[in-house]
Amino acid sequence: MKTVSHNGRHTRVAAMSLLLLMLAAPSAWSAMLFVSNERGNTVTVLDSNTLKTIATIPTGQRPRGIVAGPHGKWVYVCVGDSNRIDVIDVSKLAVTRHLPSGADPELLAVGNDGNRVYIANEDNAQVTVLNAETGKLLAGIPVGSEPEGMRVSPNNQITAATAEGSSLVHFIDNKTLKLVASVLVGTRPRVVTFTPDGRYVWASSEVGGTVSVIDVGTHQVVQTISFAIPGMRAEFIQPVGITMAKDGSEAFVALGPANHVAVVNTKTYKVSDYIIVGQRPWHMALSPDGSKLYTVNGFTNDVTVVDVKSLKPEVSVHVGRLPWGIAVVP
Amino acid sequence: MKRGIATIIAAMLASTLAAAALATPAGAQGASGSAAKSAEVVTHYAYLGKEYREPAPLSLLKPAVIPDEGLAGVRLGTKDNNLAGKFLGLKFVLDETMVPQGGDVVAAAKKLLASGQRLIIADLSATDLLAVADLPQAKDAIILNIRARDDVLRQTQCRLDVFHLIPSDAMLTDALAQYLVWKKWTRWFLVRGKHPADIEYANDIKRSAKLYGAKIVAERAYELQTGARRVDTGYQEIQTQMPMLTRGVPDYDVAFVADETNSFGLYLQYRTTDPRPVVGTDGLEATAWGAAYESYAAQTLHDDFRKLARREITVRDYEGWLAAHLLETAVKHGNASNVDAIREYISSDNLKLAGYKGEGMNFRSWDNQLRQPILLMDQLSLVSISPQPGFLHPKYNTDTLGFDQPQSLCKFSK
Repeated sequence: MKTVSHNGRHTRVAAMSLLLLMLAAPSAWSAMLFVSNERGNTVTVLDSNTLKTIATIPTGQRPRGIVAGPHGKWVYVCVGDSNRIDVIDVSKLAVTRHLPSGADPELLAVGNDGNRVYIANEDNAQVTVLNAETGKLLAGIPVGSEPEGMRVSPNNQITAATAEGSSLVHFIDNKTLKLVASVLVGTRPRVVTFTPDGRYVWASSEVGGTVSVIDVGTHQVVQTISFAIPGMRAEFIQPVGITMAKDGSEAFVALGPANHVAVVNTKTYKVSDYIIVGQRPWHMALSPDGSKLYTVNGFTNDVTVVDVKSLKPEVSVHVGRLPWGIAVVP
Repeated sequence: MKRGIATIIAAMLASTLAAAALATPAGAQGASGSAAKSAEVVTHYAYLGKEYREPAPLSLLKPAVIPDEGLAGVRLGTKDNNLAGKFLGLKFVLDETMVPQGGDVVAAAKKLLASGQRLIIADLSATDLLAVADLPQAKDAIILNIRARDDVLRQTQCRLDVFHLIPSDAMLTDALAQYLVWKKWTRWFLVRGKHPADIEYANDIKRSAKLYGAKIVAERAYELQTGARRVDTGYQEIQTQMPMLTRGVPDYDVAFVADETNSFGLYLQYRTTDPRPVVGTDGLEATAWGAAYESYAAQTLHDDFRKLARREITVRDYEGWLAAHLLETAVKHGNASNVDAIREYISSDNLKLAGYKGEGMNFRSWDNQLRQPILLMDQLSLVSISPQPGFLHPKYNTDTLGFDQPQSLCKFSK
């Protein structure tokens, strides 16, 4: 695959797929894709079937981290420069309330009970924990500098948080709301995610160019995954988003300015494929049935739909300015 | 992650050692699960700066003197290092030395070296830097240059113990040249001051022109005695002077100004005879850093800096922060617990120094210059970042800026 042909190929694939899409029957499922537009101060809502924009929701300043609550009722958006969380009521497709996040929230996580939000305060070296309903402050946990990646474990007991500036992954006990471990990983970790069985945390290091796999039991880094795309400079390979396939067999890693998503086997940790998408993919999400992967491409202002089975990019859809994150509501 | 018990860098005062070993921050929660909980690894480094007498910027919006420039960046870096370090059993101790105007830098350096310091962040002029680097006591030290842009330090006067975080002038003019060539603005009118530093910078402009196929259509030297920056109705004099300086020049695309001493460069804009943009030391500037730059999470550095220093960050502050961060990176990611190990790690291609420039950075092996993207900024915003698209290099695209290995005149003597 030659670097020079990326753009052209991307467009061609997109055009062809659009045609196919128009001919194809609608899928059995339908979902709403909420995409935060960092520079647009909006959230674009797409219909997963038609890939048409259903709504453009105005938000506070600099919306980045965006997460759907487990019951599909609320979507939480970190509006960093407004120092709060905007909460979108999914039935109204509008911001109907706010949560007091503390300074500069970048990304958050919600447990699968939906009771709490765990917020990374980028500017403040802190993780803020709130009651998701009332906004009551439950804890402010000091962590390393520039916290960003946040994820609650599948059993709801642990929260993993990255400190980007300190190159750390912190583990927080959700009962005591205290740190239990801090693990050094590659330079500037951005995103953490648990494997579906909850045994491992994967952490992407944007400048380090690697993904660290941490054993949740021992807090040891058990694997460091590197990436290499023929013809691509190593310094352009900057892993950010990590999304696990529904069955946990594969992990997708968005490589930022390398404009590709890596497909990693979660047993062997080998990279089996690199999928070309739009420019500067960061965050990603799966469709509810796991058959489609959506990558949010900051520089091309679009979302690429990747077919998980064939690992082919199908179509790219325009969203708002400098899109950052994505949340899927079934 | 395994570390020896209290592997202390360089010799240190017993009292400091005791204090450091006892100081377990309340927030420390243990590191890496099991290891490194037992003892703190303490790293000492020093900031060595001097209050040079420098001309004040022409703009009244810029402070005439910033007493803690450079140092404030090192302080922030140290604060960041310890913020991360407390989770990992690492501690960083900064020793600050500011030599007053007319003071003896070499004597201050000797004192630091005698106290056991071997990691020195040097906020010094080229002359002072070399005097310190050439001290026999500094032979096994690591000196991080955060101030001197002089090309000669990367060429014939390179030193094995000196690592340059700040880009050379040649990197800056190349960064501008690439952008101008990309814009097809290749006819340059060179306007320079008469100070030796202006002449050096002008030589870099000529070097870049040759390298990138631009043409210097005219060169003029100008001397405006640096005087009081506040004078009533001074603008009228300037409004007369600048057109005189720029009259009768063959057609050109940009005025490329070399005014290192802030005596007239700012005044060229909007006052040239022909309506042309100004680039160089004023107008569109190539720089390692600027307070209006915000990409790649840079804003977080600015916010932290503003909280600490109560002012805007400058290039030297950034380089100071980066120097402290470099040492932390070597200790933390390189597991380096002494000066030799730090040198080995920072000299290797494995170094991926994160400096809010969107890529991991490391040093050129042939002259110890940090590879880095260069910002092109006016006073209020980022215009572009070089290397520009299409300027490629077999190894690192950033090696298209400044002295690449084939042009290097540096010969390290061991």
